[in-house]
Amino acid sequence: MHRTTAWLMGACVVTAAVLYVPQFAEAVGRRELVVRVHEICGALLPVPVLLGLASRAFRADLGRLNRFHPYDRTWLRTALRREREPRPSGKFNAGQKVYAGWIAGAALVMLGTGLLMWFTHLAPIEVRIGSTFVHDWLSLAVGIVVAGHVWMAIGDPVARRGMRTGSVDRPWAEREHPLWEPELDDAPRGDE
Amino acid sequence: MGRRLVLGMLGLGVAGVATARYVQGGLESFLGAAADKDPTGLTGLLPNGGGFRYYSVTSSVPDRSAADYRLTVDGLVTRPATYTLDALRALPQTRLVRDVQCVTGWRVPGTPFAGVQLSRLLDAAGVRPGAGAVRFTSFDGAYSESLTLEQARRDDVLIALSMQDKPVSHAHGGPVRLYVAPMYFYKSAKWLSGITVTQKVERGFWEERGYDIDAWVGRSNGREDHPTS
Repeated sequence: MHRTTAWLMGACVVTAAVLYVPQFAEAVGRRELVVRVHEICGALLPVPVLLGLASRAFRADLGRLNRFHPYDRTWLRTALRREREPRPSGKFNAGQKVYAGWIAGAALVMLGTGLLMWFTHLAPIEVRIGSTFVHDWLSLAVGIVVAGHVWMAIGDPVARRGMRTGSVDRPWAEREHPLWEPELDDAPRGDE
Repeated sequence: MGRRLVLGMLGLGVAGVATARYVQGGLESFLGAAADKDPTGLTGLLPNGGGFRYYSVTSSVPDRSAADYRLTVDGLVTRPATYTLDALRALPQTRLVRDVQCVTGWRVPGTPFAGVQLSRLLDAAGVRPGAGAVRFTSFDGAYSESLTLEQARRDDVLIALSMQDKPVSHAHGGPVRLYVAPMYFYKSAKWLSGITVTQKVERGFWEERGYDIDAWVGRSNGREDHPTS
């Protein structure tokens, strides 16, 4: 599911760059095809998450991402000061929670404004101009934030293996996500 | 809390759409000024950062030089003609400085174009009775455009040989492109290779895909930009 979302997001970012950066546009051309791919990948972006809602484990993870504990504040403060300790976190650290909320909201805004630009008869001209404006600037922010997300993943091979195989080793989990186990105690143990 | 973040982003998005027309103007003039002083060219990549964007509908466009470039004028004319680049250069040149407005939103202020007035080529070819429109084709093999005869005879419609006071570069549609000053820039077909006088207006490449045929800036395509000419 993460893989599908990542491919769709990657396709959106790459086609956006081709539509936007003159040098890429010059190298690729085929504007109509690139626009179509961008539109379709964008429209499909929320589908994997919506399908994921059928899974109890996925819903449990969404619950974890949604719940901010007092220790998350500590984690964020430490991270903002660029210090190593203390960084208390459950299965998801506070940075991951903030990222998840922000990117979900941003993706929905991109989807909404994108649809208004795609189906021009849906809204009057002022709304379309506004949508273009928001879509353009937010795309820049999304590009930077997603690049940051990928950068963090590159720096953490165990987390990447976790995303790929579904399991991580115990010493890593105890070091990076020390409150994961207590979290399991008060959450219903799903099929994870 | 995570939910609040999602909703917060949604709220910001809606607020952005609502206030865009106020924010955008200021941002555009600020970025335009910044772009003039920016040696890196990075501001050009920002939304509304000024400058032209490259659009091509095909994967690659052949290069045409002074040696192998040809412009044909045919259709409902008494004297069909083929022009070389030198022949076009030898004709009287007209220079216009107007804003360029793209239908996708970007605008480049005060851009000089120079070349031969289209009406001059039409007069030289002798338009036959019954003709009502002019069709333009491009040596990229795909692009096409059309104007009514009346529009084509306007004195701000050029067969442009120079843009920004330099020969039109390949990326900008060189060596020869159409320049229709009062209309959205998709009318100004790049890599111009054919002018055909026809009975009626035929839809061009983007017009087949929903764009307006009479593409007056500010009065078509559901947009309200300031007229350019």
